[in-house]
Amino acid sequence: MAENVDHSKRNLLVAASVAAGGVAAAGAGAPFVMSLMPSERAKAAGAPVEVDIAAIEPGTMLVVEWQGKPVWIVRRTQAMLDLLGKHNDDLADAESSVPQQPEYCNNPYRSIKPEFLVVLGVCTHLGCSPTFRPEVAPPDLGDKWPGGWFCPCHGSRFDLAARVYKGVPAPTNLIVPPHKYLSDSRLLIGDDSKGKA
Amino acid sequence: MMNAIKKLGMLALLMSMPMLAAASEAGVHLDKAPVNLGDNASLQRGAKFFAANCLTCHAASYMRYNRLADIGMSEEDIKQLLPEGSKLGSTMQASMDPGSAKLAFGVSPPDLSVIARARGQDWLYTYMRSFYADSKRPSGANNLLFPGVGMPNIFAPFQGERELHVENHEGHETGKLVETTPGSMKPAEFDATIVDVTNYLVYMGDPSSLVRHKIGYIVLGFLLFLFILVFALKKEIWKDIH
Amino acid sequence: MELLKKLVGWIDERLPIIDAMKAHVTEYYAPKNFNFWYFFGSLALLVFVIQIVSGIFLTMSYKPDAQLAFGAVEYIMRDVQGGWLLRYIHSTGASMFFVVLYLHMFRGIMYGSYKQPRELLWIIGMILYLALMAEAFMGYLLPWGQMSFWGAQVITNLFSTVPFVGTDLAILIRGDFVISEATLNRFFALHVAAIPLIVVGIVVVHILALHKVGSNNPDGIEIKKHKDANGHPLDGIPFHPYYTVKDSLGAVAFLFIFCAIIFFAPDMGGYFLEYNNFVPANPFKTPEHIAPVWYFTPYYAILRAVPPMFGSQFPGVVAMGVGTVIFFFLPWLDRGKVKSIRYRGTIYKAFLASFVISFVGLGILGTLPATELYTLISRVLSVVYFAFFLLMPWYTKIDKTKPEPDRVTSK
Repeated sequence: MAENVDHSKRNLLVAASVAAGGVAAAGAGAPFVMSLMPSERAKAAGAPVEVDIAAIEPGTMLVVEWQGKPVWIVRRTQAMLDLLGKHNDDLADAESSVPQQPEYCNNPYRSIKPEFLVVLGVCTHLGCSPTFRPEVAPPDLGDKWPGGWFCPCHGSRFDLAARVYKGVPAPTNLIVPPHKYLSDSRLLIGDDSKGKA
Repeated sequence: MMNAIKKLGMLALLMSMPMLAAASEAGVHLDKAPVNLGDNASLQRGAKFFAANCLTCHAASYMRYNRLADIGMSEEDIKQLLPEGSKLGSTMQASMDPGSAKLAFGVSPPDLSVIARARGQDWLYTYMRSFYADSKRPSGANNLLFPGVGMPNIFAPFQGERELHVENHEGHETGKLVETTPGSMKPAEFDATIVDVTNYLVYMGDPSSLVRHKIGYIVLGFLLFLFILVFALKKEIWKDIH
Repeated sequence: MELLKKLVGWIDERLPIIDAMKAHVTEYYAPKNFNFWYFFGSLALLVFVIQIVSGIFLTMSYKPDAQLAFGAVEYIMRDVQGGWLLRYIHSTGASMFFVVLYLHMFRGIMYGSYKQPRELLWIIGMILYLALMAEAFMGYLLPWGQMSFWGAQVITNLFSTVPFVGTDLAILIRGDFVISEATLNRFFALHVAAIPLIVVGIVVVHILALHKVGSNNPDGIEIKKHKDANGHPLDGIPFHPYYTVKDSLGAVAFLFIFCAIIFFAPDMGGYFLEYNNFVPANPFKTPEHIAPVWYFTPYYAILRAVPPMFGSQFPGVVAMGVGTVIFFFLPWLDRGKVKSIRYRGTIYKAFLASFVISFVGLGILGTLPATELYTLISRVLSVVYFAFFLLMPWYTKIDKTKPEPDRVTSK
């Protein structure tokens, strides 16, 4: 080592170089991290889906795919809607206070129009897709069952507004995806922006 | 000093290798395409011509419509180019199905996504302006640059019908295209349209080129700054060595 | 700080990290007179790391399937976020790897770095070079363009010229009668897994061998002859911080050129990415003019320069093979008393200069169509190329060398 070395200058240069090198490394890392995000192909496949709902029979469910996930569209009968308010005490979140739905669906029916429920068919416990059980009081689900979904994986139960029951593994109600009506019979899932579609 | 000169000479020799090779590549005369990827208006005109005319038979199956936002097109503009049943994120497919296209033209019309990278901009620009009527061909058309081409002359309505006149100058045969019926565009107007199409094809061949240069300047600028910093550090640390 | 020291101490008792750091970085004494040419070893390591990392990320989106491979590359170029950058990094990296390797090898030849006691170091390096040629060749098939397909077709067909077993050998390599999906799949496996693993291993061995014998230097003299009281070479300086900082400077300069190519000329005029490779592979239509990627063209020119003998192309293939393998024998072909070009005589310098001209010249000719004139020039240059090696025992012996200095000189 030479004498008369200016250590403060040396330390400053080391710190500056290391910092600038770190910035360079972070910049170089950016495209690598970006490449892990969904590609344009995945985004195109996950684009909003237009559905014709006129053909859905009352009391039945239509399953469509959006972003690779099942979306349920249920045309609820008046009888089904009448039953919705009667078991609030058994539900974990009857008032939908956890924001599992867009603001415009925060109502007792969890839907824009009471008749049509649009909900993601993915259990909020571990991501299984629950089974549709619209019948009232079937033998295996007990006589208090007003119709809804039963998750075969871990036994979570949901009513016909996709609200979760107390005492089951799933913590929250099922998610209502963003959606809007293009006309009375055409529904757009995945996009709720105002203006033209 | 002598050493440095020798080194430079050696490097120059290595660097000149591709250039020498390029210079010795002989070939047909190609017109220079005045491509300008910074000209969004030209790119948009090219995209519209491409969607209306080329996509009938050709596909550009790696190009997504919504990508056209790159060249300043709004969602509304793009929607006007969308064929029935396509979404904004769809790739550009030919309206004709590939099977019947092959029957009609003898060869499947090639996918045009990266055609500009395979052929080069000057080739495309010259090719699209070199069609003429030829009754011997099943399509009724031929091309000076690509003799026996399967593609019909879709440019005739714009450029007008042209015929090949072979002239003999002291044993040298030169082909010249002579207009027989005028098209809807004046010659200069037609050339400008083909420049737009070529411009668009070049963009489509590598859409990253629009952002690449911008990022490139930032990256190189930063590396220059880093170089100066590390140079100072190296000088400082090497003071120890005598 | 205290805690960190304790942790390092705890690990060091169980894993010799401090010893390893000392042996290979902080107390590895390198000659103090390294010049410009000594950047390319560390740069080769840098490019190798770049290739591994970018390669891993490309593999995540690539599909080794004859129907999908070409589209998968365009998918990376367009649909994957930042994918075009990863792809250009990898494609530019492949070519820059060979630029760096050729300069690194030339350095070794120029300063006699292959001579005793570094023969094994040189041979390990040559094995690395061959492994990387295989790696590059197999990687070039993956974009599944016309040049990928026909380049691989031509090269695998070289094996079919081997007498008696050739046809079967070529079929064994391809796994089919022509280049096909079977070939694509096995080349993919070899390119992303097998060869990189081997290369990592050989790189480690290369560095271990280097640190055993110590680095050569532009004067070609052994710095270990003069040591101080502590046993450190008088003309040596610790690798860290002196060469870590100097190599960092070289790395930044290199990255500047590297990024200039990536961002402004990724095709490099058709030499780094060939135009015909933007046409999907078509087994029924050969492009008009096919040439291998630029870093293989010197050998390709030698192959074409040798005329068929006894109705067989095999002699040309042998010449090409010998042209690459002959580097292995340099330590024993060179009878010179000095290592470095600085103290060699005129005859050696003339031979080395003509070798460089022949190598570059063959490289250019290999990219061009084989006309009569070009074939003639290729033949002359091939003779010059081999003369450099085959006459070496003679001309290095009679060459008038200058006396080597006792201690290293700066510049």
